[in-house]
Amino acid sequence: MTWLLPMAIILPITGTALTLVASRRPRVQRAISVTVLSIQLVVELVMLLQVGRDGPLVMHIGGWTAPLGVTLVADELAAFMLVVSTIVSLAVLVYGISQGIADREVGPEVPISIFHPTFLILVTGVSNAFIAGDLFNLFVSFEILLTASYVLLTSGGTRERLRAGAPYIVVSLLSSLIFLSAIAMIYAATGTVNMADLSGKLAALPEGIVAVLQALLLVAFGVKAAVFPMSAWLPDSYPSAPAPVTAVFAGLLTKVGIYAIIRVQTLLFPTGSYATLLMIAALLTMVVGILGAISQSGIKRMLSFTLISHIGYMLFGVALGSETGLSAAIYYVAHHILVQTALFLAVGLIERVAGTTVLARLGGLAAASPVLAILFFIPAMNLAGVPPLSGFLGKVGLFEAGIEDGRVLALILVIGGALTSLLTLYAIIRVWGRAFWRPVPEVSGAGAESDALQTESGRSLAVRRRVQRDSQRRRASEEASHLPMGMVGATTAVVAVGLLLTVAAGPIYGIAEKAGASLSDRSVYVNAVLGSGVPAPPGSTVNQGETDGSTSTDGSTGGGG
Amino acid sequence: MTTNLVLAITIGGLFAAGVYLMLSRNLIRVILGFLLAGHSVNLLLLSTGGSGSPPIVGEPNNGEPMADPIPQALILTSIVISLAVSTFLFAMAYRNYILTRDPEIDDVLEPDEFADAEAGAGDE
Repeated sequence: MTWLLPMAIILPITGTALTLVASRRPRVQRAISVTVLSIQLVVELVMLLQVGRDGPLVMHIGGWTAPLGVTLVADELAAFMLVVSTIVSLAVLVYGISQGIADREVGPEVPISIFHPTFLILVTGVSNAFIAGDLFNLFVSFEILLTASYVLLTSGGTRERLRAGAPYIVVSLLSSLIFLSAIAMIYAATGTVNMADLSGKLAALPEGIVAVLQALLLVAFGVKAAVFPMSAWLPDSYPSAPAPVTAVFAGLLTKVGIYAIIRVQTLLFPTGSYATLLMIAALLTMVVGILGAISQSGIKRMLSFTLISHIGYMLFGVALGSETGLSAAIYYVAHHILVQTALFLAVGLIERVAGTTVLARLGGLAAASPVLAILFFIPAMNLAGVPPLSGFLGKVGLFEAGIEDGRVLALILVIGGALTSLLTLYAIIRVWGRAFWRPVPEVSGAGAESDALQTESGRSLAVRRRVQRDSQRRRASEEASHLPMGMVGATTAVVAVGLLLTVAAGPIYGIAEKAGASLSDRSVYVNAVLGSGVPAPPGSTVNQGETDGSTSTDGSTGGGG
Repeated sequence: MTTNLVLAITIGGLFAAGVYLMLSRNLIRVILGFLLAGHSVNLLLLSTGGSGSPPIVGEPNNGEPMADPIPQALILTSIVISLAVSTFLFAMAYRNYILTRDPEIDDVLEPDEFADAEAGAGDE
């Protein structure tokens, strides 16, 4: 069944080609991309079952065995992440299509002819990152998804999007260069980029060199995952993209960074070095992120800050390094992908209904659109970790792992996590209370209005505001009555899958636990990659001898330098 | 293989210059910086390989050891990626120039929610 493995990449990349060919036929494009992602989801579900039964799936591309060729590996973690990410991608795609249809496929919001190919390239990159068996392939998949993300983020090419996109692109490029330098140095030190192979070879290196390599990788992935000191780019760039784009970025891109951190920390550097640093980073990410969220005046920016803040929880689980910590982190990643995507999709609906996402101007949405209120309320409570939803379960798992760990810093992190959870609830309730429950805002208070009436210009201003308010109210109820079915349906689907994480918490947490267990025992992964006896193609024996020779010399150079 | 000091200094210098340029608000400088830093990383990759005869199996090599082909393959991939990214960056710089008549990225323009927030705060 290993042939299933490359399907996760082949399907979306073929879809990209087909949608490019059909770039003048929007209907064909839509059919292709939805079909492709649906098939992909089925394939990945089969893969998840398969991996759960028989252990990791490994494929050596072109028959070149492990340390030499490109290897694709799917263990429980990878298969689980693939399934969750494809569910989200599919929902966002349907949402985007529906929004595009509703906007009659014109206008700068979603230029539909490039949206489909670019989106599928993004999916390819994300899938490839999850199943990459070597560091360089991981780098390539990062580049694939980042390049697609540049295009999506600046789609339409308005001044505002360019302004928001530029810092994102520069930061991403720099982190990619750091990642590539790290790969070069790892290759110099060990003579391999295959992760299974590295896990053995890195242990033989002097401590100092390993520390440098690990630090480089953690910085590169930390930028991508938006870990605190390197997170400033995120709230600056995400909010100005179109709603579906922000939703898929928020759901997937930072999680790919977290996935890479999990993979590298467990497989390459299992000694737990930098654990203290990671814990401090996790604490700061949580607290600083959520304080940022509280001070925001717009929903999109607020959600971007909660996104950063909750990255801290996952990092906490990784930093603990214990089996329970990793399982909780994995469950939390899945939960957070679904919830954050659902929230951004709901915000897209809010923007559509009310015409703005600025809290000061929102109001009365619960009355205008009860469906929207429910679609926002459930993931919002889920994010804050209100029992019995999945956010609560994930946090309890993390806190248990933290207390089990027993270090003082871990206990401080548990307290910080609880505090962050409460502050998230506060930030969410602030949005809920303003946007949904209060009546449409009196743009100025009664006192200010009477003051304003004293002057001629003030009077006209007040009149203008009242007219504006009335039109806003009318517009809201009008828009709410015919929200596109696809947008509502896709948001509902993501919310529902998020709830499934609560309802079926037993089996799904079981998958996360199994993934955590197989991460803690890295011999499973290593044996699956290096031990699987695919016959080498003729001629490769010579090559292997050569590489082994250069490996030893490189190793000595690395040690000397 | 001994450490090549000239190569090391070149790599470091290119990377520093590249990062410095990338921090600029001028998009053309960002592109130049990205290319410089990219080349420095490519050189770094190249320096990990070690020299020797061309790594072609079956080619007579006069007893000389083969060069390590893997870094070369990695560099090729990285060059292709740089090509794609710099193409995108050029398109973006051009678009920005069309919109603003200025090679620099706007800094005055704030995201929607910011601008509105200030207006909204005044109203409350």
